[in-house]
Amino acid sequence: MNSLDFTFSGAQLVALPSGGLFWPERSVLIVSDLHLGKAARLLPFGGAQLPPYEARETLVRLSDDIEATGARHVICLGDSFDAPGVDMELPEPDRLHIAALQAGRDWTWIEGNHDPGPVSLGGTHVTELDLAPLVLRHIAQPEAKPQAQGEVSGHYHPKARIVLRGRSLTRRCFLLDSARLILPAYGTFTGGLRSDSTILCDLMAPEAYAILIGPTLARIPMPRGDVTSPLRPATAR
Amino acid sequence: MTSLPSSLQRWFDSRGWQLHPHQTEMLSRADEPSLLLIAPTGGGKTLAGFLPTLAELSEAPEPGLHTLYVSPLKALAADIKRNLRTPVDEAGLAIRIEDRTGDTSATQRKRQRADPPHILLTTPESLALLVSYEDAARTFAGLRRVVVDEIHALAESKRGDQLMLALARLQTLAPGLRRVGLSATVDDPGVIARLLAKSPDPCAILQADPGPEPDIEMLFTDEAPPWSGGGAAYAVPAVLDQIRRHKTTLIFHNTRAQAEIFFRNLWLANEDTLPIGIHHGSLHRVQREKVEAAMVAGELRAVVCTGSLDLGIDWGDVDLVIQVGAPKNVKRLVQRIGRANHRYNAPSKALLIPANRFEVVECLAALEAVKDHDLDGDPRGPGPRDVLCQHILIAACSGPFDADALYAEIKSVGAFADLSRAGFDGCLDYCATGGYALRAYDQWKRLVQRPDGLWQLRDPRSAQRIRQNIGTIQDSDLLKVRLHRSRGGKPLGEIEESFAATLSAGDTFLIGGEVVRYEGLREMTVEVTRQAGRKPKVAVFGGTKFATSTQLSQRILRMLQQGDWPELPKHTADWLHLQRSVSRLPEPDRLLIESFPHDGRAQLAVYGFSGRNAQQTLGLLLTKRMEEMGLAPMGFVATDYATLIWGLDAVTDVAPLFDLNALEADLETWLAGNAVMKRTFRASATIAGLIERNLPGQRKSGRQATMSSDILYDTLLKYDPDHLLLQVTRQEAMRGLVDFSRIREMCQRVEDRIDHVSLDRVTPLAAPLFLEPGRVPVRGSADERLLKEELSQLISHAGLDHLPG
Repeated sequence: MNSLDFTFSGAQLVALPSGGLFWPERSVLIVSDLHLGKAARLLPFGGAQLPPYEARETLVRLSDDIEATGARHVICLGDSFDAPGVDMELPEPDRLHIAALQAGRDWTWIEGNHDPGPVSLGGTHVTELDLAPLVLRHIAQPEAKPQAQGEVSGHYHPKARIVLRGRSLTRRCFLLDSARLILPAYGTFTGGLRSDSTILCDLMAPEAYAILIGPTLARIPMPRGDVTSPLRPATAR
Repeated sequence: MTSLPSSLQRWFDSRGWQLHPHQTEMLSRADEPSLLLIAPTGGGKTLAGFLPTLAELSEAPEPGLHTLYVSPLKALAADIKRNLRTPVDEAGLAIRIEDRTGDTSATQRKRQRADPPHILLTTPESLALLVSYEDAARTFAGLRRVVVDEIHALAESKRGDQLMLALARLQTLAPGLRRVGLSATVDDPGVIARLLAKSPDPCAILQADPGPEPDIEMLFTDEAPPWSGGGAAYAVPAVLDQIRRHKTTLIFHNTRAQAEIFFRNLWLANEDTLPIGIHHGSLHRVQREKVEAAMVAGELRAVVCTGSLDLGIDWGDVDLVIQVGAPKNVKRLVQRIGRANHRYNAPSKALLIPANRFEVVECLAALEAVKDHDLDGDPRGPGPRDVLCQHILIAACSGPFDADALYAEIKSVGAFADLSRAGFDGCLDYCATGGYALRAYDQWKRLVQRPDGLWQLRDPRSAQRIRQNIGTIQDSDLLKVRLHRSRGGKPLGEIEESFAATLSAGDTFLIGGEVVRYEGLREMTVEVTRQAGRKPKVAVFGGTKFATSTQLSQRILRMLQQGDWPELPKHTADWLHLQRSVSRLPEPDRLLIESFPHDGRAQLAVYGFSGRNAQQTLGLLLTKRMEEMGLAPMGFVATDYATLIWGLDAVTDVAPLFDLNALEADLETWLAGNAVMKRTFRASATIAGLIERNLPGQRKSGRQATMSSDILYDTLLKYDPDHLLLQVTRQEAMRGLVDFSRIREMCQRVEDRIDHVSLDRVTPLAAPLFLEPGRVPVRGSADERLLKEELSQLISHAGLDHLPG
């Protein structure tokens, strides 16, 4: 499979084109921000009237990744569900699909800001997970000591915008420095936060990298809206 | 009914007026079950339509609705009411005339249903709403005549289809109903007659004297028009000069944005401060009414306008019509020219102003077409099923119905005469279940069949929602613009939400000729302050971008075959000669394709002359094929005559790109994920009630609505590709925004006669394409190749390419 290997806090990791993160040594597959049940959550507001097929879409990608990596442990890094209780409202085929994926492997739900509290589906539910040398939580903690374990988080749905021969390209991405790894959103209909936003620029060290996902995985210096960067990031229109 | 009642005759005599022959004939043929009058603008068409009604109501009229008048414009209904009142009052006739449009108050509406006037003036949408009420049978029981004004305009849109379905309903409620259609000059009156009549009955056609030939020419200016763009700012001094030399001038533009820019430029140069107004559909009603009133009172020397003035309001003393930009369509041009025909039997005077160099050629072709009476008309296929679905829901609102009876009624509408029972049942099933993929959702289960076989609303409360979504007009997510005040300032008009989204505080734009400063968005209203003197960021209203008609395009191609062009200005003739010497000129039965490098990309110009929409679709289909062939296309831009595609690799063999069968197959697969298709789907889904126009008490923002309709589209495509609304979308794709029928027509016309010219630089004909706005990026292998290229550069800059991986 098309993928990109890298080392973070001493762990050998693999970025997948789907936005998943595989840790071969532990046989762990980490995915973040699935946002299952977005359709169901929006329905009562009369906003988006859409059938909840987006969950199916996300789950199909997840099962492809599980099959390709043979992961024995799946960790969902928070915001797996779009709102508390939405897991109950998922259509039966989707709940069965999740149950099938869980069969024969460990499954951990890390809680996020959209889905605090336990879920009705199988698997363990935790606020964060210590898998030395890594610690996994939903939102990065800037105050955490940098020399501590490497922190793996999600939440921001990072994406990067770069300009190639006068043409702008936006891709979802991992962000990576010596202390922190932020995963892109795995869910189907999720927006994103540009890497040149103040929040992400402040969070990540100056020498941070972005790993662009998609058909071509590319590890580049994190675009920060800084014109001296080798990959001249697009200036805002 | 052969003569005018004496009271009206006396009124005419007192004014020294005489009936036109076609007005007399309308009276004498008042008993025809359906009658179509074709008359030029200014020919007293509307009065001709009403004379039989006035005659029948002249003596002691019984209470109750006698005549229903339907026009495409609310303003027209109000205008007609005013104009009818005068003869009716002064002839002492006891006739009640009222209008009913979206602007009519709720109290007034309720009263009109219980106690209708003799003459009710309305629009297709308001009529559909009236028909949806439970008491429709009572309201319309005594109806004798219906007059459809500007039927040529309605016949071109789904509004006309909706109207004709409503008329079929009325005919059932009032079997003696007689139909009259009033139309401007059209290419084929028979087509409109068939729409008007109860199918399969015939419809008589009455042709009024067309009047003298118009006096029309192209305006030559000292300065040559620019190479691209639609503003025609270069012509402002010449236009001001024309305004000075005429009493009242109408200046037509093809889009609202162009009208705004031109209006501003006119005022910047208007040193004599001639009173000049602006009128277009994005302006607030109050603003428009002010301009209309000033116009009627003869206070304006000119009005800059768009299609909002295309239809019949009486503007008094217009003695010159100026069309800025190529007219795109000869029929519309002729109708616009007619606006200057304030006196019947006087020639209309009109000037065409090309906005850019290519439009010089197009304007000349249009002039010749007008002289040859060669009007264009594109056939509209069978009645659209999204409108039919809405009609079925409307029928259910008015009460339980029998499917067989409704089917028979619908088949009496000309456009639906060939509707199969299976086709009807498909629509009925959609209304009842939402279709296979959506059957689990209550919101789309609207109808149930009762034990007695009749169909009714599953939940009577849904009638309110259905009524709120009546209509077929797609207003593209407009936001109101108001002056910023503590308690809601003066409304100025509307802008497209997509444009509003690009604004940030402090940005300026043009609306109603004023430069305003964007302050913020509050409760879905754009708040602005006045900001005189600043150079505006221009409002993009979108508006309708018409494609040049097939007939006009063919005429242009024939014109390009001439050895020389003495009738063209030198600058344009020289341009064409230069093109002929360095490359070649496009020909009617051949397809010219040029490829050349420019701007670091391989360029491909395809001169298909198929109109903007089809050229756009061609761009999408060709780039898709090029992507499959590994040519890494990066984007394209389309005009009415050509598509320009750029990419990383040059195309060496073009023939495989134009295999019609492959293109058609691609169209099918390309349906997925394409914004134009999604817009087409969204329009049909809104009409058919799959997505709602506006929810009670809450308006979702346009972008939210787009999001959900896009996702519904993707979902249906994946899980229910034969869903009724996808079938409708595919059918719509043949015309309108996608316009695949014209690509098919082009491929069939040129067959294998493709001329591929490879050059080392941009050609004269292609150069203006590089200045066109609306470039569409194509995402695909070019992205991956550029990304890899950039990565390898990065690696080699860092000296990493020699290290072991």
